[in-house]
Amino acid sequence: MSAVNVKQAPTAVGRVSAGAATTTERKSSIWKQIWRDRFMFLMIAPGLLYFLLFHYVPLLGNVIAFQDYLPFLGFQDSPFVGFANFQQMFAQGAFWQAVANTIIISLLQIIFYFPAPIALALMLHGIINSHVRRVIQSVVYLPHFISWVIVVSIWQQVLGGSGIFVHTLRDLGLPTINVMTEPAFFKPLVVLQLIWKETGWATIIYLAALLNIEAALYEAAVMDGAGRWQRLWHITIPGIMGVTLLLLILRIGAVLTVGVGPGAFEQILLQRNAVGPAAGEVLDTYVYFQGIVGGQWGITAAAGLIKGILGTLLVIGANRLARRAGQDGLFSS
Amino acid sequence: MIDTNEIASGRPAWLEHETWFEKAIKFVVFGVILFVVIYPFLSVVSTSLASDQDVIKNGGLVIIPENPTLNSYKTIFAGGVVTRAAMVSIAITVIGTIVSMVLTVGMAYGLSRKIVGGRIILIIALTTLLFTPGIIPNYLAVKQYGLLNSYASLILPVVISAFNLVVLRQFFMGIPPELIDSAKIDGANDFDVLIKIVLPLSKAVLAVIALFYAVNTYWNSFFNALLYLNDSSMWPLQLVLRLYVVQGAPLPTAGEALDSIPPLQSLQMAVVVVALVPILVVYPFLQRYFTSGVLSGAIKG
Repeated sequence: MSAVNVKQAPTAVGRVSAGAATTTERKSSIWKQIWRDRFMFLMIAPGLLYFLLFHYVPLLGNVIAFQDYLPFLGFQDSPFVGFANFQQMFAQGAFWQAVANTIIISLLQIIFYFPAPIALALMLHGIINSHVRRVIQSVVYLPHFISWVIVVSIWQQVLGGSGIFVHTLRDLGLPTINVMTEPAFFKPLVVLQLIWKETGWATIIYLAALLNIEAALYEAAVMDGAGRWQRLWHITIPGIMGVTLLLLILRIGAVLTVGVGPGAFEQILLQRNAVGPAAGEVLDTYVYFQGIVGGQWGITAAAGLIKGILGTLLVIGANRLARRAGQDGLFSS
Repeated sequence: MIDTNEIASGRPAWLEHETWFEKAIKFVVFGVILFVVIYPFLSVVSTSLASDQDVIKNGGLVIIPENPTLNSYKTIFAGGVVTRAAMVSIAITVIGTIVSMVLTVGMAYGLSRKIVGGRIILIIALTTLLFTPGIIPNYLAVKQYGLLNSYASLILPVVISAFNLVVLRQFFMGIPPELIDSAKIDGANDFDVLIKIVLPLSKAVLAVIALFYAVNTYWNSFFNALLYLNDSSMWPLQLVLRLYVVQGAPLPTAGEALDSIPPLQSLQMAVVVVALVPILVVYPFLQRYFTSGVLSGAIKG
């Protein structure tokens, strides 16, 4: 992990003469360094405590995946049941339904959402007037900062039973349909919502890559008589290929998680009830509704554990793959 | 020949001029994109201002209210629930953002210099980008810490974003060490250096990170509140919005205060506007940082 290489600070004065020092001297110099940096440790400590308490300690809670967990007994006293929860989970149709929905929605997102910011970034890059470009950027970034509750509220107003879409259909004498409660439309709908909300914001990273392409390449190409499309194909596309490949591999690695951006799963949670679990349940909503709401603690903890382990392995694998493809990976510095 | 006009507009000399047809296509495409983004916001505001006749006439979303009225806003604020939820959301957002910034800045600065064990601490923090303990274990931990049904449960479990930490640390590492060293020779401690030298140099990136926390972590999220707060009188605005708008529960109205109860759609959209306004107020001041490349520089590292 190259990111983890903390830059050599030029303040290691205590080490200057430590070349031939004995072990005891070196030990004391470490304590000296710690004392010298005591304010730094003080500033780091609360953050470190946060990561331990809310990201590492909770991992222990996964023990209830192997228990018949009863909330009033707690995990100290609930009986262990081996792999019974996993067996029950694999026998549940609802679980497999959630797995299938998750993967289908993820794939739809990869096919239809993933290319959208690349196309938009290329179009934005083509705007020469920087004032016009910035105004458009400011507008298309905005939906990223709108909560999923508001986005879903707005879509419901436009496409729902009393929205203008249905009214227009009725006025035209066509059969009406409530797109928001029709199970068949659920998956395309959530992908469209994601495109509306996140495409603009996601252009940032591609625009940065586009700005990094050397202008001299274009000039040289024009000298050699390359046209607009030839420049796009031979200079621009290769220039953003690296970052595109990296993001694609990482997105495929996260196939067990629906969506991108903050609160991505809230989008599904909000609309799952309107279409029912057969069309709208994904792994995370399955854990919430069956576990927290339905009280099947052990089984859903098992589902969460499986998802967590597979998800982590996939992301690590994707990261490896990205680095082998010549990219920096997730932890570039 | 150098054309000064073209330099001013940022047009490279080698770029061919567009035909009117290409210009027209660009104009239409971006026109459609801007319309698709802006239209929902306009119609939400219009509908919230609409009267009964407007809503019936337009059947749903109103584009231009003929008889604009603030009755919807009077009603939802008289009902009490929305007012209280808005207060909760404002308090959580303000307190949460302050705590998050203090912890993130401290940790990012501490890890931006070479210190004993810094590498391990950084790995501990960054590895959390790769895994999540899961919904059930998180819930059990919050329960075990005694945070259920407390507002702390909306802040502490999400108080630092590893992504924001990385962006900030990356920025701090770019500050010339000479600046820091010279201050230290003058007798400043690390804490003074952070406050007096590093932070004033980092205003733009700090503003962006604070916006991320305020909007994405606190103001916009509802799942933690749904998970950890049993008492619906403690709910923040987004959960109230979910109940009354997405799930369509009837809004509590103080009917006798007004001559006529505003139409349901106006009431719902008024709640949406209340949740939207803080973002629309803050956004214009911060959007220039996104377009000026502060962030992309930080992301690329």
